[in-house]
Amino acid sequence: MIYLIVFLPLLGFLFSSIIGNKLNNKFSQYITSGFLILSAFFSWIIFYKFLINKENIDLIMINWINSGDFKVDWAIRIDALSIIMLMVVSNISALIHIYSIGYMSKDPSIPRFMGYLSLFTFFMLALVTSNNLLQLFFGWEGVGLASYLLIGFWHHKETANNAAIKAFIVNRIGDFSFVIGIVGIYFIFGTLEFDEIFNQVDLYKESQFNFVGIEISTLNFLCTLLFIGAMGKSAQIGLHVWLPDAMEGPTPVSALIHAATMVTAGVFMVARMSPLFISANTASNIIILIGALTAIFAALIALTQNDIKKVIAYSTCSQLGYMFVAAGVGAYNAAIFHLTTHAFFKALLFLSAGSVIHALGNEQNMQKMGGLAKKIPITASMMWIGSLAIIGFPFLSGYYSKESIIESAYFANTSFGNLAYYVGIITSGLTAFYSWRLIFLTFYGKNRSEQDLFNKAHESPLVMIFPLILLSFGSIFVGVVCYDLFIGNNSINFWGNSIIVIEKYSNHMPFTQLLLGKLFISIGIILATVFYFYRNDLPKKLSTKYNYLYNILINKFYFDFIYNKIFVISSHNLGKLLWKQGDEKTIDGFGPDGLSKVIDKLSLIAGRFQTGYLYHYAFVMLIGLVGFLTWYLYV
Amino acid sequence: MPYINSIMFLPELILTIGTLFILTVSTFLKNISFKFSFNASILLLVFSLYSVTFDIDTNLFNYDNFFDNGAFIDFIKILILFGTLVFFLFSEEYFYDLNLDKFEIPILILFSVLGMMIMISCNNLISMYLGIELQSLSLYILASINKKSIKSTEAGLKYFILGALSSGILLYGCSLIYGFTGALNFQEIELKLSVLPQLDLGLIFGLVFIIVSLAFKVSAVPFHMWTPDVYEGSPTPITAFFAIVTKIVAVGLLIRFLILPFGQFVDDWSQIIIFLSISSMILGALAAMTQNNINRLLAYSSIGHIGYMLIGLATGAETGIRGIIIYLCIYLFMNAAVFTILLSIKINGKYIENIKSFAGLSKKYPIISFIISIMMFSMAGIPPFAGFFSKFYIFISALESKLVFLAIIGVLSSVVAAFYYIRIVKIIYFDDGLDNFEVILNFRRKLIIFISTIFIAFFIIAPSYIIDTAQELSKTIF
Repeated sequence: MIYLIVFLPLLGFLFSSIIGNKLNNKFSQYITSGFLILSAFFSWIIFYKFLINKENIDLIMINWINSGDFKVDWAIRIDALSIIMLMVVSNISALIHIYSIGYMSKDPSIPRFMGYLSLFTFFMLALVTSNNLLQLFFGWEGVGLASYLLIGFWHHKETANNAAIKAFIVNRIGDFSFVIGIVGIYFIFGTLEFDEIFNQVDLYKESQFNFVGIEISTLNFLCTLLFIGAMGKSAQIGLHVWLPDAMEGPTPVSALIHAATMVTAGVFMVARMSPLFISANTASNIIILIGALTAIFAALIALTQNDIKKVIAYSTCSQLGYMFVAAGVGAYNAAIFHLTTHAFFKALLFLSAGSVIHALGNEQNMQKMGGLAKKIPITASMMWIGSLAIIGFPFLSGYYSKESIIESAYFANTSFGNLAYYVGIITSGLTAFYSWRLIFLTFYGKNRSEQDLFNKAHESPLVMIFPLILLSFGSIFVGVVCYDLFIGNNSINFWGNSIIVIEKYSNHMPFTQLLLGKLFISIGIILATVFYFYRNDLPKKLSTKYNYLYNILINKFYFDFIYNKIFVISSHNLGKLLWKQGDEKTIDGFGPDGLSKVIDKLSLIAGRFQTGYLYHYAFVMLIGLVGFLTWYLYV
Repeated sequence: MPYINSIMFLPELILTIGTLFILTVSTFLKNISFKFSFNASILLLVFSLYSVTFDIDTNLFNYDNFFDNGAFIDFIKILILFGTLVFFLFSEEYFYDLNLDKFEIPILILFSVLGMMIMISCNNLISMYLGIELQSLSLYILASINKKSIKSTEAGLKYFILGALSSGILLYGCSLIYGFTGALNFQEIELKLSVLPQLDLGLIFGLVFIIVSLAFKVSAVPFHMWTPDVYEGSPTPITAFFAIVTKIVAVGLLIRFLILPFGQFVDDWSQIIIFLSISSMILGALAAMTQNNINRLLAYSSIGHIGYMLIGLATGAETGIRGIIIYLCIYLFMNAAVFTILLSIKINGKYIENIKSFAGLSKKYPIISFIISIMMFSMAGIPPFAGFFSKFYIFISALESKLVFLAIIGVLSSVVAAFYYIRIVKIIYFDDGLDNFEVILNFRRKLIIFISTIFIAFFIIAPSYIIDTAQELSKTIF
């Protein structure tokens, strides 16, 4: 059954891509969704079994590489961490598959789309169930590939192609460091298997190595490298630029990338390697810093964006920042908890946004929406639930997870922890602001879209609404239900040795601090209400008055601009120089072009040997024989 | 005791009796004789394949030490039978198309398979010669079976005359060795040789003669001259049989003959093998480039492949033999797929001959084109396909045995060879052509193509099974 969870999506992909084109679209829609639902169902069973037995399983499928000391298997590892990820990935992906049936119903290449979605899911499942770093890397790269295919799914759009390439290349930068990290781990520990690595961590706690005269702690160095890899996948500041552009793909893809797969891979990896990271203080501090920076910075950008999907995209960035903060202060269980709840409400937000876009005939600009609450009430209420969950409204799922992160940052009692704590509180205010801005711009106020589009706006079909409703249940209840298991009293028992769980602090946060957090959220909501509900002219005035600030935000802190100037254009020029002068003139001239001419001539001569005359053939044979004999006579 | 001896000889016995039976029955059947003999042969092969696994795994010598038995021999037998089975599965329609549906063809194939089984299990110079002759005589006829075609007749005749020459060389070598050691049996020869500090000139001459004759069988340069002509002239399924099965058994025999009696004189014979290997690799790469006939191209390609395998033999070490065994497996699957596809594509009702006529295939038959591309990339040795690993393990063994220059020449020539493999891919995908293709795939052919493609494309996922097996087998011959 465990095999089925992982391989059913792959089967779905094979079916829909090999025979999907020949049969009608329904076939690939049903087969991929059906397989995914089965896979999700099985993951529930496994989860249930795990709750009862609490045993970790390492299923070795096939020995993959066996070369000297280097041993790697294809394996499925079932422990608390991977089973949580299995649950999240397969369930959310199944819902997104179902949603796609409705959303993509008019697309000409449905089998391809459904196939890619399944492939994406398969790679992610292979990633989370790995028991060694190499298989994890296989899934890691596979996810990158599938995201490339999906972001560029509408390949006739140039922006989509560019976005796909951008996602691939930016991820590559992170992957590069990740690979060095993996190789480094093999070099130090002599194995890539998680258990064997973790068993040896204590031996290397104090180990250092010398690099150009500076003593560097081995573990910190390795962990930093791994984390840079995670930064690429999880879109942390600096390597985040691909994420907003990835919105060029169809909306279900955005939901899949942002909610359950791909971006969570980085957080998952850090949690998986938690025995390593817990002993690497400097690396952990870097993680906190980057996480906190990303959280606030992405939230700031989200304040001014007008594309409905981009707002949500930056909010993902920001939430991932939270998760890394949690991982940095050592609360890996809180990070995974937030990952889980986030998966639900982010999928809900994205799919609701998709439903809005669907209703308005592919309009994504929020300035051209408004007043839609009456037209599409279910979608609007779904969006409300999602937004309430993301800001951490009491007793919704976001509340528990976010609160636990902020708490653990507070109790970390380090300077970095305190920084993260205050950044976290401010960011939650910003989150509230942009979420409410999105709701007001989209669903309330006057209609700013074209009138006939507005009149035609309609609620999405049931096949799209149904996943939304399920997700909304998830967004509301996952927090309450899983609280005890993930971070509550049962947590140490539940996680076992899959991740490091720090003993829970006994006292609560001071009341004033609790109030402070709530206060910021309330201010965010109130401000958004004032700006976008009562005084619609205020945003415009403010943006003209604080022109420079607004420009920085709307231009996303000029990240793309700077990258373009420094890296893209200069490397383009360098490439051109090398191509024209170096390659074509020097290397080609003397190398391949010249050589190929020589080889051409040689091959003509070789061909001419073959005269077709029997006596020539016999002669060559005898010459060969005599040649050998002569050789032995004189040697 | 006789009972046990017979058990050890079971596959050969089944094959002999079965073939004679099919021959007898077929003569009495009129219209359906071909169909009968063809399908009965398939059944017979499956039986003998099954009976090989039956074999008791001992090294007792039977029938007056004429034959030997062991894991490596069994393995080569399995490859032979499997390759022949593949031949039977994909070739039936072809013979109908060319009005070649004679029941002699399956019989001759079976006889030559019997010869091959004797060749690989021989333990004596006489039985070796007999095996080679039984195999070759059947093949001479098969090469010229298409009497209406001048080219086929020419191919058969050339093959026959050159083959006779090589047989003469072989016999002369055998007599030299017998003369200088007084023994015919492999073990006895080894025993006699073990007391010698170095080989006498006469023994070296005998060794050279025998190697040359076997080099003719594996078509290593400069004893390859018959290969392109025979490949081009023979009916394509027969060519496939040449390319797949006879190569495997000849390489197997070469390994056994050199490692077993002459194992301690590696330094002496490896000089020849190195020369054969280098010249085969280079010529295989160069001469194929200007070929437009697909069969000739595959002939040179097989010469090149033999060159790589001989690297493994030249090391004379376990890792080298391991590399050859892996290579043989992968070679079998690659060629099976390529020839099956080749026999399935028709243009205007004719079988494809010129590689330029592949142009435009990808538009009408994308999946077949994709599979051809996989096979070509694999033959060129491009990862992640299996062909990469076959070369990889050969080169590894060369490096371990300090034969660095062989590895370098191997890598360089495989770069050159990649050109003509990938050219086919280029023609399929980028050249404009007619679209009057017709791809006929029945279930049997689909099965072969499917299995081979899975094997070649996904070898990387679980290579360790084959590699471990090869490791075990290579240990048994030393």
